Amino acid sequence: MAEEIKQEAPKKFKVTIDNISIEVPPGTTILNAARMIGGDIVPPTMCYYTPLKESGGKCRTCLVEVSKGSDKDPRPMPKLVASCRTTVMDGMEVKNITSERALHARQGVVEFLLINHPLDCPICDQAGECDLQDLSYGHGEEGSRLDFPKRTFTKHDLGPYIQLHMTRCIMCYRCVFAADQLTEKREHGVLDRGYHSEIATYIEKALTNDFIGNVIDVCPVGALTDKTFRFKNRVWFTRPEDAHRDCDKCCGKVTLWKRGDEVLRVTARKDQWNEVQTYEDGTVGWICNECRFEKKNTSDWIIEGPTKVSRHSVKSVNHYINMLKPKETIPEVMGRNPKLLLDIHSVSEVNDPSIHLSKINGPATSKTFNKLIENKE
Amino acid sequence: MGVKLLLEKAHVEGIRTYEVYRREGGYRAAEKALKTMSPDDVVEEVKKSGLRGRGGAGFPTGLKWSFLAKPEGIPRHLVCNADESEPGTFKDRYLMEYIPHLLIEGLIISSYALGSNNTYIYIRGEYAWIVDILEQAIQEAKNNGWLGKNILSTGFDCEIYVQRGAGAYICGEETALLESLEGKRGNPRIKPPFPAVQGLWNRPTVVNNVETLSAVVPIINITGEEYAKIGVGRSTGTKLISACGNINKPGVYEIDMTISVEEFIYSDEWCGGIKNGKRLKACIPGGSSVPILPANLLLKTAKGETRYMNYESLNDGGFVSGSMMGSGGFIVLDEDQCIVKHTATLAHFYRHESCGQCSPCREGTSWMDKIFQRLESGKGKMSDIDLLWHIQFNIDGNTICPLGDAAAWPVAAAIRHFRDEFEWHITHAEEAQKRNYGLAHYADPLPIVQ
Repeated sequence: MAEEIKQEAPKKFKVTIDNISIEVPPGTTILNAARMIGGDIVPPTMCYYTPLKESGGKCRTCLVEVSKGSDKDPRPMPKLVASCRTTVMDGMEVKNITSERALHARQGVVEFLLINHPLDCPICDQAGECDLQDLSYGHGEEGSRLDFPKRTFTKHDLGPYIQLHMTRCIMCYRCVFAADQLTEKREHGVLDRGYHSEIATYIEKALTNDFIGNVIDVCPVGALTDKTFRFKNRVWFTRPEDAHRDCDKCCGKVTLWKRGDEVLRVTARKDQWNEVQTYEDGTVGWICNECRFEKKNTSDWIIEGPTKVSRHSVKSVNHYINMLKPKETIPEVMGRNPKLLLDIHSVSEVNDPSIHLSKINGPATSKTFNKLIENKE
Repeated sequence: MGVKLLLEKAHVEGIRTYEVYRREGGYRAAEKALKTMSPDDVVEEVKKSGLRGRGGAGFPTGLKWSFLAKPEGIPRHLVCNADESEPGTFKDRYLMEYIPHLLIEGLIISSYALGSNNTYIYIRGEYAWIVDILEQAIQEAKNNGWLGKNILSTGFDCEIYVQRGAGAYICGEETALLESLEGKRGNPRIKPPFPAVQGLWNRPTVVNNVETLSAVVPIINITGEEYAKIGVGRSTGTKLISACGNINKPGVYEIDMTISVEEFIYSDEWCGGIKNGKRLKACIPGGSSVPILPANLLLKTAKGETRYMNYESLNDGGFVSGSMMGSGGFIVLDEDQCIVKHTATLAHFYRHESCGQCSPCREGTSWMDKIFQRLESGKGKMSDIDLLWHIQFNIDGNTICPLGDAAAWPVAAAIRHFRDEFEWHITHAEEAQKRNYGLAHYADPLPIVQ
């Protein structure tokens, strides 16, 4: 038996997800195989976080249907499985967006996640880069069937850096794993059980560890946010720039979120799945509290350039780098001149097509444009 | 009188002590297993017996044991699940309280078969007095050389430890039990890996119910083949049923799975009929989490065949017209009982016991509970019934552990079989509040009382 496994080890497993096949090394999860393929077939995740060991399996948004177990055992799996924690078998066939069952279950999970969520996006600092927002736009229903008061909690103060909004929490346990794996001693955790379970520090202690700030980055919703950035700005008005500094505690590679020349917020660099980046040498880009909370001057940092925002989130709004403009004009497409549409550039003095929008900081006002036009002239 | 294997000697005076138990033929099976059989022989014997897990799922025990990974140099563990918290189930309590040495003997044989040198009994926190009984039994067994180093000079070492839980229903789920036993928060683990590969402290572990492990003793005594002859089909051996509710003789009964449900309820040997001469309305045949059945579907299957007290017959018709054997918590409801109130109690229980780890269970159970409270207080809406149905559908099968299913099934079955009682509850809110019982017509046609 053991020898057989050894012989099979270097072999690659073929897995088919939504009729797209890919060969992956054994031990890969369905989710990671889907991420290798990319596109619409990637199941959404709320609790799984690649750099955190043992994370995943809790939120149930990544449920997929396994219609064929493997070549050896072609029986389908009776229940939907959590793709983030199920490893692929050779010849496995998985249905994600082609499975009505999986989509229905996901819709149900989104509803469960949202019924007690306060939906206070207009005043939430996470809005614009929130996984739950993306998820509910993608899979949620409009309206809520809940007609009871939502769950509330006693407030806990987590110290000068981290703001806790327990009502927004979806109990993904990511911050617990992050604190377990990044800090020597975890000072916060899940208290209570079931409906009343909450993230808190039992003895009302401030979270002080050097790396505890990373719980803000791993939080998929606005439950743990940066107190130094609180109510300062909206995410989509800020401009992300990659920067680094020599830090003796961490890798020092960060993203600065700027408005004008002011650094409003510092976070670790995220990849396209909104997870903290793992660099080529295998190190994960966690950053220390000093980099995150104390270094808020441009002079502290060596700026590398604008961050590429590849995610389909709201925060990519206003960052029109590499945007492709259609070659055809509207009359060409329609075959006639539109009656109700008018070219705003021809009637407005504010909008000047010769100025690239990415050159403008924040929302455009007539003042900004006038200044830019004056400068150009 | 049916065959009795487990409770045969349970009422002998002083059976709780080692001397009486030994005099009555106790530890004969352990002696036989350890001296004349190899561990694999014991596993083979259990396989032959067709014994199925008595904790609820009914998975064949021998098969479960053969899945245990046996890597070199890594200790293996046997854990006895005595965290019996299912509403309506109290068979393990009875077994441990009256005849504790049976469990200890079963544990010694099973530990020997699985190669577990450190065996644990994880007992429900509320069973505080049973811990003392078990610890005394362990001490007696140890004093007489049945535990410790080099048992019966066979070179096999075994220690049994009793660990009390803190009163959480979820810790009866095997992986949550292991987490709790390790000293952590009792959250179920995500499977795979299964405990047979990575269980207690990442070592291969088998978790079995008290009754399952006790049943190993008669299997060794009378051999697996003989054990398999008792019962019917794949439901072999005897099963403890804890009967409660509106019956004349509630209690723990040992049945050999060949009697019909009707006989079990109405015969004087067992439950002795419905209390106060009332009629049977519904019954939960296997502990609170299995689907409830109305009287007509309980006594006869949808095809019109007689329903028997065994795994297959109770499951006949799937969840549409059948139920499950479960853990054997037989709850009988007479015509006066209100199904809505009954289901509301269960929904509240599952809301309270959900661990809160995965979203469908955490949010869904509490939502259902809120809706049931509204129905109960007379403010229900017609749309609530469909909403309940959708919520349970979204929970069922989408959670980490079976607690989500267990919360969803009773609600689903109650709506499926008793929908008009829910509707009556909503349309006649005041009357329902006042008299606090449901519609009696489910008890019709009258069951034949002999």
